[in-house]
Amino acid sequence: MDDHHQLINGVAGRNPETNKITALIVDDNMVNQTIHHRLLHSLGIENQVVGNGKEAIDVHCSGKIFDLILMDLDMPVMNGIEATRKLRAMGIRNTIVGVSSRSVNEHIQEFVEAGLDDYQEKPLTISKLLSILRKVRNQAEL
Amino acid sequence: MDVGQMRRQWVEYTKSLFMEGFLDSQFEQLQQLQDESNPDFVVEVVSLFFEDSERLLNDLTRALDQPSVDFKLVDSYVHQLKGSSSSIGASRVKNACIAFRNFCEEQNVEGCRRCLQQVKQENLLVKNKLETLFRMEQQIVAAGGSIPNMEQIGF
Repeated sequence: MDDHHQLINGVAGRNPETNKITALIVDDNMVNQTIHHRLLHSLGIENQVVGNGKEAIDVHCSGKIFDLILMDLDMPVMNGIEATRKLRAMGIRNTIVGVSSRSVNEHIQEFVEAGLDDYQEKPLTISKLLSILRKVRNQAEL
Repeated sequence: MDVGQMRRQWVEYTKSLFMEGFLDSQFEQLQQLQDESNPDFVVEVVSLFFEDSERLLNDLTRALDQPSVDFKLVDSYVHQLKGSSSSIGASRVKNACIAFRNFCEEQNVEGCRRCLQQVKQENLLVKNKLETLFRMEQQIVAAGGSIPNMEQIGF
């Protein structure tokens, strides 16, 4: 798995203490939270889970920053579109990847225009995550 | 039955679940995330799914029983169920949800009620199948064996 290690270690915005990429999972569904948490963990990525867009904003307001944000679209309190807009307005430049099971293009368009770097259709798989990590790494090198 | 036979039985049963469409490749993703440090991962996620699905099916039953059905609400429940069933690879449940959403869009109450029955049935079917699978796994482990790796089998 040299390929994975290369991918994971080549990113600038890492946790300085552990040297690992950090990620924030934003999803209201417990099944998805558990799977995504384990997926990221198995690839050596430190990650935190929150249940909606507002919690994602709050965690950033508390001063935390993440190399990668996996943002679900449909969530209560504040959805993924609004949360992405707010994070960008706050000056957050890290990689935000929209993740949703919606297939209708108009919704995805609005989501992308809110400030996403990438969009992946659920369910997430190991190979989708690896392609996301390549983006995170490329962005860090820019 | 010796461990070898139990393992073969597990492989055959798992293959049948995929062939009959109860499970899809997403379930394999879950299996790949299970290892010695997380030996119960699949059982845990699947249990979470059934807690979630049972709650949603109750919510759906209630919502469709109302004198005036709120289709937006019904659709949001089905969307959630579609999402989580898709995440664990329960593809017949997922497909039943897709059909269900079409009736929600048409605001067809009878169609929705029929779909709800269908989803409940598929949910129960896959639940029974997975319980059988997990029981086989417990027996293999209790007999000192290890659960076969589907990747290694070349499935």
